[in-house]
Amino acid sequence: MSVVSSVAPRSGRTTELVLTLGAVGIVGLAYVNLGLATSGSVPPGLAALGLGYLGVAMAFHLVLRWRASYADPLILPIVTLLNGLGLVMIHRVDLAKGRDIADGVALRQLMWSALAVAIAAGVLVVVRDHRLLRRYTFLAGAVGFALLLLPLVPVVGDQQFGARIWIKVGGFSFQPGEIAKLALAVFFAGYLVQTRDALSVAGRKVLGMTFPRARDLLPILIAWLASLGVLVFEKDLGSSLLFFGLFVAMLYVATERVSWIAIGLALFGAGAYVAYLIFGHVQTRVLLWLHTFSPQALETSDQLAKGLMGMAAGGMFGTGLGRGRPDLTYLAESDFIIPSFGEELGMIGLFAILVLYALLVERGLRTSLGTRDGFGKLLAAGLSFSLALQCFVVVGGVTRVIPLTGLTAPFLSSGGSSLLANWTLVAVLLRISDHARRPLPDPAAGSAVAEARTEVVRLP
Amino acid sequence: MNTPVRRLSFLVAALFAALLVSTTLIQYVFASDLNGRPDNRRTLLATYARERGEILVGQNPVAKSVPTDDEFKFQRTYDDPELYAHITGFYSFFGAVGGLEQSENSLLSGASDKLFYRRVSDLFTGRRPSGATLETTLDPAVQKAASDGLGDAKGAAVALDPKTGAILAMVSHPSFDPNTVAGHDLGTVDKNYQALTKATDRPLVNRAIGGDLYPPGSVFKVVTAAAALSTGDYTADSELPGPAELDLPLTNATLPNHDGGACSPSGKVSLEQALVVSCNTAFGDLGMKIGADTLREQAAKFGFGDAPSVPMRVTPSSVPAELDEPQLAQSAIGQYDVRVTPMQMAMVAAGVANKGVVMQPYLVQSVIGSDLSVIETAEPTELSEAVTPEVASTLTDMMVAVVDDGTGRRAQISGTKVAGKTGTAEHGKGRRAHAWFISFAPADDPKIAVAVVVEDGGTAGSETSGGAVAAPIAKQMMEARLNR
Repeated sequence: MSVVSSVAPRSGRTTELVLTLGAVGIVGLAYVNLGLATSGSVPPGLAALGLGYLGVAMAFHLVLRWRASYADPLILPIVTLLNGLGLVMIHRVDLAKGRDIADGVALRQLMWSALAVAIAAGVLVVVRDHRLLRRYTFLAGAVGFALLLLPLVPVVGDQQFGARIWIKVGGFSFQPGEIAKLALAVFFAGYLVQTRDALSVAGRKVLGMTFPRARDLLPILIAWLASLGVLVFEKDLGSSLLFFGLFVAMLYVATERVSWIAIGLALFGAGAYVAYLIFGHVQTRVLLWLHTFSPQALETSDQLAKGLMGMAAGGMFGTGLGRGRPDLTYLAESDFIIPSFGEELGMIGLFAILVLYALLVERGLRTSLGTRDGFGKLLAAGLSFSLALQCFVVVGGVTRVIPLTGLTAPFLSSGGSSLLANWTLVAVLLRISDHARRPLPDPAAGSAVAEARTEVVRLP
Repeated sequence: MNTPVRRLSFLVAALFAALLVSTTLIQYVFASDLNGRPDNRRTLLATYARERGEILVGQNPVAKSVPTDDEFKFQRTYDDPELYAHITGFYSFFGAVGGLEQSENSLLSGASDKLFYRRVSDLFTGRRPSGATLETTLDPAVQKAASDGLGDAKGAAVALDPKTGAILAMVSHPSFDPNTVAGHDLGTVDKNYQALTKATDRPLVNRAIGGDLYPPGSVFKVVTAAAALSTGDYTADSELPGPAELDLPLTNATLPNHDGGACSPSGKVSLEQALVVSCNTAFGDLGMKIGADTLREQAAKFGFGDAPSVPMRVTPSSVPAELDEPQLAQSAIGQYDVRVTPMQMAMVAAGVANKGVVMQPYLVQSVIGSDLSVIETAEPTELSEAVTPEVASTLTDMMVAVVDDGTGRRAQISGTKVAGKTGTAEHGKGRRAHAWFISFAPADDPKIAVAVVVEDGGTAGSETSGGAVAAPIAKQMMEARLNR
């Protein structure tokens, strides 16, 4: 450490409390706004729902005070706000589709939120030090790949909306890819921190970049084949892009070698192009992406077109909560929740949501920078980048930056698996950030050992 | 490992920047293109959800938007639908079609620039934006008289206030029920609309101002007489030849009178007498004497060749550009290729009634905002001076004589001087002629000018038949106005 400060480091818990209260307040206001716009009255159950949500957020805040008192103070408020806005928008779509609050998607999502927060709190309590996770590197890897490929297993796998990324057990469906993201980040971090020296030092220099030896290419090739498998057999470009991007980014962080990015991009580009040439469903996706409004594309699917028209209807300032027609878009509460926000909160509102995501990612990367151990650094960077990449794939998909895929917007979209995975991801990030921001024992303050009279042996 | 993490944050920034750009492109740059797409259901719903203004006849709305529980928010309904179908038009999935719904769509929908300040104030006061209400000039009694008079017959009737140009009645038969094509069930609406567009008697066409136009027949003689009097070479007493048949130069054909006989025992008639008995030979001869240019110019002064907006566009009436002598003689009695709208012939009657000045016809008296403030009021405007007051006075006397002593007796109203002219327009061998009547009353202080045409209503060769069929309708319309 280059700087030794005598100022007492701030835990940031008070900041977090104030910001979290503000976030719950904004969510409450949005809920009231929605009620006023749709029925002209303050929605019933405001107190119960508001206090319930406040209770969940406060409980998590208290767990942080108890178990991770130096954790990053911005992460919880941001996630509370995103999750709450998601709940309001899901409720809004419920209303538009004439679903009662009792049998609506929103109530289910609220329960999932509470469960996700409980599990995240459990992770914080149980995992006292993120370095413990490193012990389970290969177990995490096995679980991650298994989850990733589980939807392909004939009995449990389930194809929905053209992508085989669901598993169905006893009427209960789940998107295992979300959990796989977490497990794989742990695996990549543990694996790369072990092998980074071999992957970064040896190699030969070509065009100013040091390229790895052929045998060191094996891991990236395996990751590549796995992601291509996801693309081709699960028909899920989003997950494929997410896992491969995550791996390449973590490989780059571990080795500090730009050549890995070049190799990764080349491999993915080639793989995607070949898949485009061979597989009809990939061609369809590209057609829908590039020629969304062509008659041929509209005949296949007009869901992207409808989402775009919804966003355009919102314009710069939006129609206002409860005043648009998000129900005219398919999957308005899950995959297309971003266009729903764009329609009712406008470009400005969508910008705000994107900035919240960017801030969350930035806090994660900052955690990575501040962490002292390599595993923590890699894990924090990987998890943060996976969030950023997922946002890019989801929002980019509905705004025609890339072909549309079936990923959920973290914390916003309805879906239990997504909430569980992302809250757990946040718990791990908070755990690492606690470690990163916790002050080292101050040598000047002295300890019992330091104060004891001992012989000091000076070595030459 | 910190350097690559920092670089990664730049990549993250670039990814989010791309999303901000794409969002801006969709929600701002290309938003109006996307909103303007014909398959954009949101835009359609938004136009429905705004309360459209009413169309008033007298104080009663004949077209209004009624709140509904379905997703379109408002249902457009029409009262007395058949009577006012061509006035209102209709508002449906196909947009605003025909009538005021189409021609004043932006006012009714509230999108017009004239309503700009109102929209701004709606924004701040939170008032629900709504369209403007149109108050028409129609007189429901005259409109009803015209429609009842036409009955099941095909044809059209127009009544104007000669002093202002206000349209008092505009009826076209057959009519239709706009409610059948304004519903919210696309399947039914589409079926009904297809049936209307394919119907052989074309109920969607407003025959009063459009469609295929009509040959005017003898009512056009008023224009020929006006042209002759305006040259200064003729008076009401000028003597014209009135034989049973007029030899047409260049051909072997002749121009006969309706009844095959001479217009007077002597074979000579005055101009006034020629109009009273509707003497074809005299007017054919007169047309050739004054020349095609004079006739065409006179017609133009009455409004022929113009396409006024009332605010629906009126199809221009026409006198052919090239006429040889026989064609000129035919044209002078309203045959050959002279084509008119009933609106144009009502303007001729109104022009003579209003001391020679033709007023611009208009249907909208005032535009009223949703807060009942008057946004716009119609200003009567002169279209042209068709004839001098002196010529107008002479023509009036001649037309009074037509009703008092001639072919237009069926339009007489006791206690009121009526000026009029009958017409029986042939349109093809073996088909019944169109019966025409134009008139105005009272002759000394005109309150209403009328043009009526009944398709296939007259009997070819019998001038009085036109008067017999069309004149009573005109009479009922004038009475409806005068008895107010």
